[in-house]
Amino acid sequence: MLRDITLGQYYKAESPIHRLDPRTKLAATFAYLISLFLFKNPFVYMIAGGVLVCVIIASRVPVRYMLKGMKSVIFILLFTMLMSLFFTKGTVIWSFWKLRITKEGLSQSAYTGLRITMLILGSNILTLTTTPTRLTNALERVMSPLKIFRVPAHEIAMMMSIALRFIPILLEETDRIMKAQLARGADFESGNLFKKVKSLIPVLIPLFVAAFRRANDLAMAMEARCYHGGKGRTQMKPLKYARRDAAAYCLLIMYMALMIVTGLTLKSTPKTEALPAVSTNMISVSSDTLR
Amino acid sequence: MAESGFRGLIADHLVYEYNKESSQRLRALDDVSFTIRQGEFVGLIGHTGSGKSTLVQMLNALMKPDSGTVYYDGRDVFEKDYDRKALRGKVGEVFQYPEHQLFADTVFEEVCFGPRNMGMDRKQTELSAYAAIKKVGLPDECFDQSPFDLSGGQRRRVAIASVLAMKPELLILDEPTAGLDPLGRLELLDMITELNRDSAMSVLLVSHSMEDVAAYASRILVLDKGRLIYDDTPAEVFAHYEELQKLGLAAPEMTYVMNGLKAAGMDVDTSALTPDEAEESILRALRLC
Repeated sequence: MLRDITLGQYYKAESPIHRLDPRTKLAATFAYLISLFLFKNPFVYMIAGGVLVCVIIASRVPVRYMLKGMKSVIFILLFTMLMSLFFTKGTVIWSFWKLRITKEGLSQSAYTGLRITMLILGSNILTLTTTPTRLTNALERVMSPLKIFRVPAHEIAMMMSIALRFIPILLEETDRIMKAQLARGADFESGNLFKKVKSLIPVLIPLFVAAFRRANDLAMAMEARCYHGGKGRTQMKPLKYARRDAAAYCLLIMYMALMIVTGLTLKSTPKTEALPAVSTNMISVSSDTLR
Repeated sequence: MAESGFRGLIADHLVYEYNKESSQRLRALDDVSFTIRQGEFVGLIGHTGSGKSTLVQMLNALMKPDSGTVYYDGRDVFEKDYDRKALRGKVGEVFQYPEHQLFADTVFEEVCFGPRNMGMDRKQTELSAYAAIKKVGLPDECFDQSPFDLSGGQRRRVAIASVLAMKPELLILDEPTAGLDPLGRLELLDMITELNRDSAMSVLLVSHSMEDVAAYASRILVLDKGRLIYDDTPAEVFAHYEELQKLGLAAPEMTYVMNGLKAAGMDVDTSALTPDEAEESILRALRLC
């Protein structure tokens, strides 16, 4: 029932991408996301797309699995694309009633679509090839310089990893409770909205009880093992950079350099200045950085 | 379609796999078939992860097998127009740690939930809820208490009563005695036996306690890594106690005692499973010599 939801969707495999230090992957993902917004130029996108394809192949995660992550954003993707398709001002090439498609809108829409797709796929690679534990570990390390400003880096990372750990547990618990109530003749599907919401009470109450019980148990177990926060705490598997990480950073720098050089030298399309007000409001990520 | 006159449940070549799409495929059930006739008391044993819980969830159509099917009273329960809600009233299932499913304000409300869902009218609902609470041995002052104020053992009884109130024909209990004290365990098992004997309710008792299953069930199913390896009377199944041990399942303690005595030259009946049977057999052997 609820088993199909992939959250914290680690895909176990042996690949060079899996073996990389999570900090390297984190840095690379950030750099990649930034690189997508630097220039609007077909050559830049070809490079970015090519690199993405290479990394996906290297990660040995099945493409089918990769695209599954796209399903949840398909609506936003289509919506943004349609918005920029119909509401970008410029040379009209097709019109019907109040809808107009402009040359600029067409290219804008294509860029937006590509950008969001690559953005999602790029960040999916990170979560698919890194276990949540390693990821929060990396975040803790990256945030640790902020400790000077009294940012509780360790505690934040600990809360994140506990939250991530609890998602599948609570999903499982929900599944179990729903089945138990179904076995007692509960019906979650038929009836109007009010009835449906009401039918969830026998699920929600035990679920909350379970969540509190588990939180209590966990707190007790942590205290029994003398957990007292991050101070002086060592790790069982401390993050260590290996030679492959150095190589990865080199490749990353080369990639960024290539992107910047290509973006600056090859200007095939004139920049479109007229951005639609609607779509900037809707999806700020996709258009803000264009200015 | 199975023979239409058959009363009871038939599991027909059930197969189920977890994580079908990922790299960690896991075959939970591998071609499992058996029958439970009306009125039978069947035990299901298996190691943790042997597929027991998956299997029992198929028997009342909470999970659909990848292939194979379940017939109840001769009808395929996964057929499109089969009334699965009614099936869940007839095949009542008590899950592991059923006390975690409680939600209502009072014990009585909690137990009324099942029969009301089954479409009984108010009078019937309350009558059968009352009978069920009495049956599991809860005192009268519990009726209006919140189930969350009861002790763990009492909460479990409430949860079992909430299934019994639907008047199932087959009662499935998944590890009903886990976490109960010895007395609570005996009381619960005796109550189930009574239900089986007096109201001809079939029972499928899932457990990894050999003693429980050996003493109460008239037939035992043994699951190992998703395969059904034994389906026989307790005496026959536990005659294979050495094979069972290799699977990480011990036979009842008496089986070891009796086999030890036999090996030492005493003429005892090794199929004795309970202390009483063993005592009788040992005394008889002693009298003979």
